[in-house]
Amino acid sequence: MSTQRALTERQAVSADGVSGWIIAAPAHRTASQTAERLVSLFSPILLLLLWEALVRLGFLNANFFPAPTGVVGTLWRLLSSGELFGHVGISLQRSLIGFVLGSLPGLVLGLSMGLFPLARAAIWPMIGALYPIPKIAILPLVMLIFGLEESSKWVIIAIGVFFPMLINSMAGVLAIEKVYHDVGRNFGANRLTRFLTIALPGALPLVLTGARLAWGVALLLVVAAEFVAAKSGLGYFIWHSWQIFSVEEMYVGIITISVIGYLSFLLLDELGRLLVPWKPGGVS
Amino acid sequence: MEHPPAANPGGTKILIEGLSRIFPSRQGPVAALQDVQLSIDDGQFCCIVGPSGCGKTTLLRILAGLEEPTAGRLAVYQADSAKPLNSMVFQEQSVFPWMTVKDNIAYGLRMRRVDKRSRRELVEYYLRKTNLTRFARMFPYQLSGGMKQRVSVARAFANDPEILLMDEPFANLDEQNKILLQEELLRIWEESRKTVVFITHSIDEAIMLGDQVVVMTAHPGRIKANVPVDLPRPRQVYQIKASPEFGKLVAHVWTLLRDEVLRAKEEEEAQAR
Repeated sequence: MSTQRALTERQAVSADGVSGWIIAAPAHRTASQTAERLVSLFSPILLLLLWEALVRLGFLNANFFPAPTGVVGTLWRLLSSGELFGHVGISLQRSLIGFVLGSLPGLVLGLSMGLFPLARAAIWPMIGALYPIPKIAILPLVMLIFGLEESSKWVIIAIGVFFPMLINSMAGVLAIEKVYHDVGRNFGANRLTRFLTIALPGALPLVLTGARLAWGVALLLVVAAEFVAAKSGLGYFIWHSWQIFSVEEMYVGIITISVIGYLSFLLLDELGRLLVPWKPGGVS
Repeated sequence: MEHPPAANPGGTKILIEGLSRIFPSRQGPVAALQDVQLSIDDGQFCCIVGPSGCGKTTLLRILAGLEEPTAGRLAVYQADSAKPLNSMVFQEQSVFPWMTVKDNIAYGLRMRRVDKRSRRELVEYYLRKTNLTRFARMFPYQLSGGMKQRVSVARAFANDPEILLMDEPFANLDEQNKILLQEELLRIWEESRKTVVFITHSIDEAIMLGDQVVVMTAHPGRIKANVPVDLPRPRQVYQIKASPEFGKLVAHVWTLLRDEVLRAKEEEEAQAR
């Protein structure tokens, strides 16, 4: 909503006879939202400038912390050769496939557990027992079972993604006020329409929170898996540059993965605003 | 719930016979409602008052089909089998936050698969009636508490049920908004003359809105008295409040209610000790 439109809407509200009704002031909110977005865009750039200055002034050892400009030079070289894109592509592919494989069952099972106490009673103890296992700890087991093929990466990511997705989907359904279910029953909604018009939209904010957490886990696990069990991908790239002591390349890898994380969270924020327009300030 | 097919214009619309509701508790079973007898005529605006905890919300939830009675009989005469039996206006925030005002009002019609055109007409009609037309595309978070309750009222009326149930719909509003909404409710209701069961703890509100005021006893809830309200319609909130009949009725209902409130208070204090 543009500031101009927001202002005229507010005037319209106070200008007519229905005084006393207050609508949330949209003009202020949009202004502060713009400010928030600008700050979140520029804070990483500020950090880089500080880093460069510290290296040039000799406060940071360039062997361990190469200057950002040097890293950018390496980045440029890797970008123009196309090498980096290959690694980014394969890592993203693995993360996305693993994410879908893990989050869909997590979503379906989580929603069911939120809806049906019996399903919750049956499955929750197992989730409680399995969830605390660090997913990296079972990576060797997954590799043993699935080998060094692509599938082992998908599976470990899927396992990691499954839990936050399930837990948040279940919590999302359970967080819906009882009165909304009463309204559904009173107004003649059947089981299916109650699910579609109440449980699903009501759970969506927490489902999206689950997706954010799950995507973070996916990025973590793709790097971990590629450290030990791949010949491509950003994890492999970072590990390999350590082995040949190419510190600047290592930084390029680290920065690339964090840029991917950063951009994908911006994307997920936008998705939240799109899917949950009814929550002021969006979903986080 | 039984609903004989025969239409019954002007006659009894709601018949409640020997209705009881017993809840289990650690101290043994507790009767929220005991042997409630009540008949409400077609087109009546029936207000129920009683001390808090007298089971009036339980009674309404049983009428709404959200709870089952332990014993007794409950019948609503269904004049038109295409219409839903009842629609409820809830006390707390019950407007779906994820739907626009328009979609909230259309909810019952959508669930009943009313065709798009009549749905839109009905929704537009009640948007106008509740002064919400300009807010049709807004989400509830953009509305004040009073406006959300108007959406809730419009949603129930738009569903065009046989009877309307209201559970202290204005209890959480400030005094001024409450008066505005009462006036609005009177205006809309006087057009449709649907049978209404309206629960409140406010004697003023009960007399101002109702054709009859049913007084309930404290714990277990029974019907103590049924006071007819013969104030002329259409009613204006402040005209009614200024009339001497209104004052007499308030005093009369209060004398009926006073003992029950005191008894409920004593019981509460005894339990605290």
